Amino acid sequence: MKKSNKNISLDTWVMFKRCLTISLRNPETLLTATLIPFCLILLFGTVFGSISDVGDYNYIDFIVPGIILQSIAQASQYSAMNVTADMTKGIIDRFRCMSISKSAVLIGHTGAGVIRGIISNVVIVATAPILGFRPQVGLVDWFGVIVLLLLINITFTLIAVLCGTVSKSVEGATGLLFPLFILPFMSSGFAPVDTMPGGISWFASIQPMTPMIDSLRALTLDLPLGNSLWIALVWCLLLSIVSFAVSMWTYNRR
Amino acid sequence: MSEKIIEVSGLQKSYKENHVLKGVSFTIDKGSIFALLGSNGAGKTTIIKILSTLLKPDGGSAIINGFDVAKNADNVRECISLTGQFVAVDEVLTGRENLRLIGQLKRLPNLKSTVNEWLSFSRLEDEADRKVFTYSGGMRRRLDIAMSLMGKPDVLFLDEPTTGLDPQNRIAMWDLVKDLANAGTTVFLTTQYLEEAEYLADNIAILHGGKIIAEGTPKYLKEIMPERGMRLIFDSEVKANSAIKLLIENGISADSIEQNLPSLEDVFLTLIDEKKERNQHEKI
Repeated sequence: MKKSNKNISLDTWVMFKRCLTISLRNPETLLTATLIPFCLILLFGTVFGSISDVGDYNYIDFIVPGIILQSIAQASQYSAMNVTADMTKGIIDRFRCMSISKSAVLIGHTGAGVIRGIISNVVIVATAPILGFRPQVGLVDWFGVIVLLLLINITFTLIAVLCGTVSKSVEGATGLLFPLFILPFMSSGFAPVDTMPGGISWFASIQPMTPMIDSLRALTLDLPLGNSLWIALVWCLLLSIVSFAVSMWTYNRR
Repeated sequence: MSEKIIEVSGLQKSYKENHVLKGVSFTIDKGSIFALLGSNGAGKTTIIKILSTLLKPDGGSAIINGFDVAKNADNVRECISLTGQFVAVDEVLTGRENLRLIGQLKRLPNLKSTVNEWLSFSRLEDEADRKVFTYSGGMRRRLDIAMSLMGKPDVLFLDEPTTGLDPQNRIAMWDLVKDLANAGTTVFLTTQYLEEAEYLADNIAILHGGKIIAEGTPKYLKEIMPERGMRLIFDSEVKANSAIKLLIENGISADSIEQNLPSLEDVFLTLIDEKKERNQHEKI
């Protein structure tokens, strides 16, 4: 049976379903992506909440965007692990010597990763009000939040997929993602940037997490957006394009 | 002259300093079984990877079905299938899901019944909906082969297909390879077992030091070796003893005389067969 014309979208769809089945069969993945951020909210909201002074806001309201980014990073590590598992086992050779579109495997993993990330986002947004999160969001703001979260999910997952393609072991893949776990803490996520000491304050103000968190905070708490949304969008696009291009290059070379 | 389906000439490949292939050439007839013999690290897997479009050669050319593996990789991919040294199945998916996945990617018609056919081909009907990580080594290998054979490729590459299989599964694999070739599939296999190549292959090439040092039918390869003497086998000790007496009387001495014991493999297979028969009788 020969394929006369390559149907890229069908190959990708089949791969996406495969990756989604694989990740949903491992309940640990979702548990990590939801439980860790939930513990973080609990910890920061109750233990540090009483001593943290972030101006006019409730501390829980202040940290929810940072927690959400942290949860996306946690969820994305499974994309890195699943990609490395594929790349280091025989299965990738089977796919690569079949006549299927080259990007299908990586896009399939990315799609499954984004779904996982979204599930963990929903869990956090649904449980944070129990701990006192009170967003002031209009319909248009919700739309902005959803689009931005989707973009951030795609960006983080593509970075994870890149780590998965370059890593030689499953453990190494998570190791490469370490910056993604740490950067939300070194941003405006848990403390205002201008309260930090010089060097760290400068780093926090230029790194990509800060505009993403600032935008989410402005949208959820009905604050002025400034230019943070545009900077966040540019970071997302830039990181996504570079990560995808490099991972495709690596995938075809290995 | 029969039709050539694979033509390899002057193939070169190096990994950094290590010059693995130094000009490898051979041709393979359509519908035949070709065995590539060589010790570990000789470059057998490298040749398979180049022919199955996973690796680009540094020099030389390889043509499959009229298509160059480096320039027309997509055309080559449509007529080949690879079963690597390591089983290439998804462990968290079931046997049925694994076959479905490949069937979908190959756009096979009547997917449901096709998958069922391949499940029964690999004798996995009862385990079809169990996850593959619960399968035994032999079951995984059978599923792996079925996934490679879906869509009936013209050329099947088998990289050390019987390494790690027990004698029963190895014989089943040999039968399968013979059946495939009879049905018109060209089979390219690598092996380090000489008796495997001898039993299966229409043609054998021996890879050593980056080159093919000998190529031909098993019979031809044996003939190019110098005279090796002759072996007599008798079915009873009495006959053998009287033959030895005759030899001595005529002044002919044998270099060595040994008893013809069954191989351990014969013992193993006979015992298993007897047990199977007994079990069947008990069931009845």
